[in-house]
Amino acid sequence: MVTLVVALALVVLWVLPLAWAVATSLKPENETTRTSLEWIGSRVTFEAYEKVWASGDLIRWMLNSAYVSVVTTVLTVLTCAMAAYGFSRTEFRGRKALYGLVMAGIMVPPQVLIAPLFAEMVSLGLVDTYWGVILPQVAVPAMVFILVKFFEGVPRELEEAAYVDGAGRWRVFWTVVVPLSRPVLSAVAIFTFIQTWNNFLWPFLVTTDPSAMTLPVGLVNVQSTYGARYAQVMASLVIAGLPLLLVFAFFQRQIVRGVAHTGLAGQ
Amino acid sequence: MTATAPTAPAPPPAGGTGAATPSASRPPAVRRRRLEHGLVFVAPFLLFHLLFLVWPLLLGLKMSLGDDNITGAGGSFVGLDNYVEALGDPDVWSSLWHTVWFTLLSTAPLVLTGLVMALLAHHLRVFQWLWRLSWFAPFLLPSGVVGLLWLWMIYPSDFGLADLLLNSLGLDPGIGWLTDTRYAMLSIVLTTVWWTVGFNFLLYLAALQAIPHHLYEAAELDGAGARQRLRHITLPMLARTTGVVVILQLLASLKIFDQIYIMTGGGPDESTRPILQYVYEAGFTGYRIGYASAVSYVFFALIVIVSLVHLRMTRRSREEAAK
Repeated sequence: MVTLVVALALVVLWVLPLAWAVATSLKPENETTRTSLEWIGSRVTFEAYEKVWASGDLIRWMLNSAYVSVVTTVLTVLTCAMAAYGFSRTEFRGRKALYGLVMAGIMVPPQVLIAPLFAEMVSLGLVDTYWGVILPQVAVPAMVFILVKFFEGVPRELEEAAYVDGAGRWRVFWTVVVPLSRPVLSAVAIFTFIQTWNNFLWPFLVTTDPSAMTLPVGLVNVQSTYGARYAQVMASLVIAGLPLLLVFAFFQRQIVRGVAHTGLAGQ
Repeated sequence: MTATAPTAPAPPPAGGTGAATPSASRPPAVRRRRLEHGLVFVAPFLLFHLLFLVWPLLLGLKMSLGDDNITGAGGSFVGLDNYVEALGDPDVWSSLWHTVWFTLLSTAPLVLTGLVMALLAHHLRVFQWLWRLSWFAPFLLPSGVVGLLWLWMIYPSDFGLADLLLNSLGLDPGIGWLTDTRYAMLSIVLTTVWWTVGFNFLLYLAALQAIPHHLYEAAELDGAGARQRLRHITLPMLARTTGVVVILQLLASLKIFDQIYIMTGGGPDESTRPILQYVYEAGFTGYRIGYASAVSYVFFALIVIVSLVHLRMTRRSREEAAK
């Protein structure tokens, strides 16, 4: 009983800020700064949403974010899965040395590379482009590590049977290994997608043109133009926060398992 | 890249686990195909790795020894001057300290709250979706959403939710949540706990669900109460997870940037400015990319030290466990 009360109290604490954002977004603009605790204004209005939506910026940034996140996720899952398979299931000269080089990369936080990466993007002419946002986010050594650990646990007999039937490496990879590793691949995909969708620092540095910005960067960039129009700020936050919350509602189990899996294997 | 012809019987391929694979007895042509295929699989990732991790790492080292402008061109070699300047720069030390201070303040509440949430959810066994939804959901919000929400709606005095709630309890806090140097960092920690604790909650929940049931049954037969079971079974079984959670948390907290940049911009009086923001200011608004790189590498050293200390500690505790 005590446990339930404590748990529910924590739920209330955690939900309050979000509820307050939604409540504010539905108030008339001139009632958002009242100094008494009012959850509902004199009337419930969607004016703030209409104004935010009409300005068009938010849709643009959402589409940018969606594009950047999908491309990054596809490239990350594909390259990491192939590399993990190559490292754990094939032999070639220098394999161990190259694997060591990739694993050493786990120690490098991307954040310390912002200055040289930016210089590199300038010389490649990729500032303010989608590829400038995408490319540096693709190679994630930790993901290779997670997948290598997974592949090592897959019995080789399953692949050998396919070889005996005359299949090549590629066919075995696509028809045996990939289907077998669907759960871990979807965990990596979901995790990469969340991270890319929410990433702030790198897109913030590499985009200066509002039309190239991702959702989080665009939001922070325009907060000053909304000024003290709190209902509109909150409406834009609700719209911006909604997609991933909906994704979570649908894929709860996979996300929960994915976080647990990648988090624990991340050691 | 030539494949050496195997002599029969060939030794198992290097690095292979367990028994020799059929490849050992295959003709040279097949082995060469395998060699090439192996590299083909690894090549795409390696290309990204070299271009966007190894190369910038080396480029940054080179830039840190020069006084290049933002494009990384046109500077001259200045040797270790940037490092000497960085080590003598009070702003470097204060922003490093803010980063460490944030990490020290945030780690314990983030780990403990996550643990308590997981214990509650695991113990209750009902409304699992409710706990997950309310505690984990904030983690899925972009830092921009979280930062602006707390900046504009929770922390403003008079009409912010924090003040309104305290007022309704009859308290007049009068706290400058983000404007008072005494509270600004604490307020950021509070926001961060709300935002990211769900991740630790899930890690702990997964670990709790993996504890074998028979341990509890045996303990119950021996007459152990709920508190004893928690102390002698649950918490020890969670030790490894705690190690993972703490190190992930330390490494994540050291990289703090988003919330602070959005909510206080490093203020008031630069009392919350973290090291990454200083790197950003030096390189991107101060146009001293060489100096920014040098500061990055000082910060990188800090991260490596934390990782190595953790590695040594886990190795020692594992050796002790093996004894």
